[in-house]
Amino acid sequence: MSDLPKPEEMLKTDRRPSATGWMDTPVEIKKGIACYAGNPKSLEYVGLPNPRTWSCFDEDWQLPENWQEIIHEGLKERLERFRSFKIFMDICVRCGACADKCHFFIGTGDPKNMPVIRAELIRSVYRNDFTKAGKILGSLGGGRKMTMDVLKEWWSYFFQCTECRRCSVFCPYGIDTAEITIMGRELLNLIGLNIDWIATPVANCYRTGNHLGIQPHAFKDMIDFFVDDIEEVTGLKLEPQFNKKGADILFITPSGDVFADPGTYTTMGYLMLFHFLKEKYGLDVTWSTYASEGGNFGFFTSHEMMKRLNSKMYAEAKRLGVKWILGGECGHMWRVIHQYMDTMNGPADFLEEPVNPITGTKFENARSTKMVHIAEFTADLIKHGKLDLDPSRNDHLRVTFHDSCNPARGMGLLDEPRYVINKVCNNFYEMPANTIREQTFCCGSGAGLNAGENMELRMAGGMPRANAVKYVHEKYGVNMLACICAIDRAALPAMTEYWIPEVDVTGVHEMVGNALILPGEQKRETDLRLEPLPGVEAETEDEAKEEEADE
Amino acid sequence: MNKHYLYALLAVIVLFFVAYVGAEVFGLRIIFGVLIPYLAVIVFIAGFIYKVMGWARSAVPFRIPTTCGQQKSLPWIQPNKIDCPNSTGAVVIRMILEVCCFRSLFRNTKMSLEEGDKLTYRWEIWLWVFALAFHYSFLVVILRHFRLFTEPVPFFIQLLEKVDGFFRIEVLYDTIQTGLPGVFLSGLVLLAAVTFLLLRRILLPQMRYISLAADYFPLFLIFGIAFTGILMRYFTKIDVTAAKSLAMGLVTFHPTAPKGIGGIFYAHLFFVSILLAYFPFSKLMHFAGVFLSPTRNLTTNTREKRHENPWNYPVPVHTYDEYEDEFREKMVEAGLPVDKPFEKPPETLSDEKADSSA
Repeated sequence: MSDLPKPEEMLKTDRRPSATGWMDTPVEIKKGIACYAGNPKSLEYVGLPNPRTWSCFDEDWQLPENWQEIIHEGLKERLERFRSFKIFMDICVRCGACADKCHFFIGTGDPKNMPVIRAELIRSVYRNDFTKAGKILGSLGGGRKMTMDVLKEWWSYFFQCTECRRCSVFCPYGIDTAEITIMGRELLNLIGLNIDWIATPVANCYRTGNHLGIQPHAFKDMIDFFVDDIEEVTGLKLEPQFNKKGADILFITPSGDVFADPGTYTTMGYLMLFHFLKEKYGLDVTWSTYASEGGNFGFFTSHEMMKRLNSKMYAEAKRLGVKWILGGECGHMWRVIHQYMDTMNGPADFLEEPVNPITGTKFENARSTKMVHIAEFTADLIKHGKLDLDPSRNDHLRVTFHDSCNPARGMGLLDEPRYVINKVCNNFYEMPANTIREQTFCCGSGAGLNAGENMELRMAGGMPRANAVKYVHEKYGVNMLACICAIDRAALPAMTEYWIPEVDVTGVHEMVGNALILPGEQKRETDLRLEPLPGVEAETEDEAKEEEADE
Repeated sequence: MNKHYLYALLAVIVLFFVAYVGAEVFGLRIIFGVLIPYLAVIVFIAGFIYKVMGWARSAVPFRIPTTCGQQKSLPWIQPNKIDCPNSTGAVVIRMILEVCCFRSLFRNTKMSLEEGDKLTYRWEIWLWVFALAFHYSFLVVILRHFRLFTEPVPFFIQLLEKVDGFFRIEVLYDTIQTGLPGVFLSGLVLLAAVTFLLLRRILLPQMRYISLAADYFPLFLIFGIAFTGILMRYFTKIDVTAAKSLAMGLVTFHPTAPKGIGGIFYAHLFFVSILLAYFPFSKLMHFAGVFLSPTRNLTTNTREKRHENPWNYPVPVHTYDEYEDEFREKMVEAGLPVDKPFEKPPETLSDEKADSSA
């Protein structure tokens, strides 16, 4: 991170566009912005085209000889398959409303990061290849031929978009840059242009069921570590279940939360919640090692790859014979489940319409897909008074909530997590209205861009989010940024460390775990991070003093 | 200097002279008054249908609405019915607001850096105001022109004229006041709005950067239409009866190109013809496309109701059996349940191999 510009410098980024037009400004692939190329072994494992060792900084990208033809045919096929794509190619009026809505444009100041230009990168080729006016008028009509320079520009800017859809909220025609980027990346993948932070997780997910490549025994080991930690905090030995046939519910969550802090604490929260529900109400929840990944890096590769990886969820639910599926906190995982899964891999007629057996609530909004979001599930439990909670155990936290892009703009899951947060902690403060809910700003690292080598891009992209966090930190003393996304939990700590080190990151269910009173637990002296609870410390001191006084 | 708007401006100027000179000097009134308008209408209708059919032919494989509000989930959580429409009725309301009120554009904000380090977002209303003014005044102007194509003039057109013309300017100079017809607000608003939209593109560096010639051209063209129209109504004073007989001739398929309507009229008509013919091949098709935009016109109840993908083909997957075959030994050792019992292979050598490859 030594090359990273200082936050003050980054804030003052020049956002004025260059004097020369964007078509006449050649692309510059920069260190700190670009990601490393996909590992050929990963591409090979899942049968992606043109596996080879290459680098975006090379002059020669070792493309197939007929790559222009492949792109042209791919473009044609996608125009027929996706009305969204075809319409978005045709109707943009370049009104500019999207320009300063993009976190990458705000952060980098690079005018080609304006969503309108990102789309124009493909549109220009579309006009040349598929419209008469574009062909006749050339650059005057906004058309241009597909050249190596154009391709490099595509690669650069389609991996500078996190598919967060913020621009599509403001577009008068609903043009969705995520859709453009998804198509752009699909086309790039046809000739073997991928980044390793996407390609390798894809291969891992395919083989081991999760993006980190954790094998089944190791997955169980990792959960067992959390069981030990929970025992230290609560004095109770939990017994999570794996691959259990005939369980009531299959639980699937992003594997990132099993692997790295602070997501691990969220996983501990899940384990405690399921333990509580089993002890008190006999609810039988199982984890799966085969479907041990909620996230779907196929979504960042192609529609086909998304379907291939997603297939495990229903397949495993069917094999285990559960009633329905419960999904953990994750962003793009939930866009895939909410808007794609049923269509791709359904109908899930072997599952039951989800009902919470404890409250009797029918999750009618999940009637067909048969998968319920854990925030919906927990909110329902709390609303019916089924959880024993002590929110004061989170009193050391002053919390704000970061709406993850996909649940916000691809689902509309806004108030459920807020309800849960307000019930498990006492100090909650919203960030300014233009930065939350459907207008939320991306963490800057989504859609597979959470790599290490593109840290400058990530920090720039995280700037608008960080700036809003800083605002509530200064105004209300907020010290904890809650989120419902595993990528957030992996990405935001780096972002807060850079922009606002006083604020830490948590999952909502970590706070649930802290507040949840398990039957028979010992008096808690630490939170799930094994940090002493401030109130408890004082209490024990007081007790000691009292004892002294008594003597 | 930006070649994009210069070329666009130049094109419109050339078009003006083509029509003006053609009709006025060479007397090609049949060409500019009859043939080109007919041709333009045919191109417009055929092109429009072709384009929309082209969009309709493409599949809608997934339901991907942008949700701009709370979903309908638990019964005690208030859903946002318009911005996260759960039913077809709600989608209709969302679409009406989108098409008629430009709801998404209404949300527009402008980002700025305050006090050196605070990113702030202010409500930016002007683009919405002028876009709305532009579209509605254009609509009124078009409807008003039906006076020329209908006999008798329908009641609602007359009413519209009355409402549009209620705004009267008192001009105190005697020379101009005499014979000044009632001022139609719509024409002036159209000219003002189109000027705003043009200047915005030309003057703001960011807008200039993203604008193509195809963005300037229709604006200059519409400016030309409004300008020549206003010129005729208030200043050069054309023979309205002659213009009406030409228009009536066109719609009744008994075309005539009467004398006494000057070059400005033909330029005006030519501009309109060009706009019509240009429409289906340009971004102006956003007029039709907005209705078909999948992020706006689909319901958000995607987990409640399954959406069919017409081309949902089977894909290779990694099955549980393949997974268990690879990891069975490790799963058994870790105490994880397996579907098939694990049998130790007779030779330990193969074991090591499996381990090193993993």
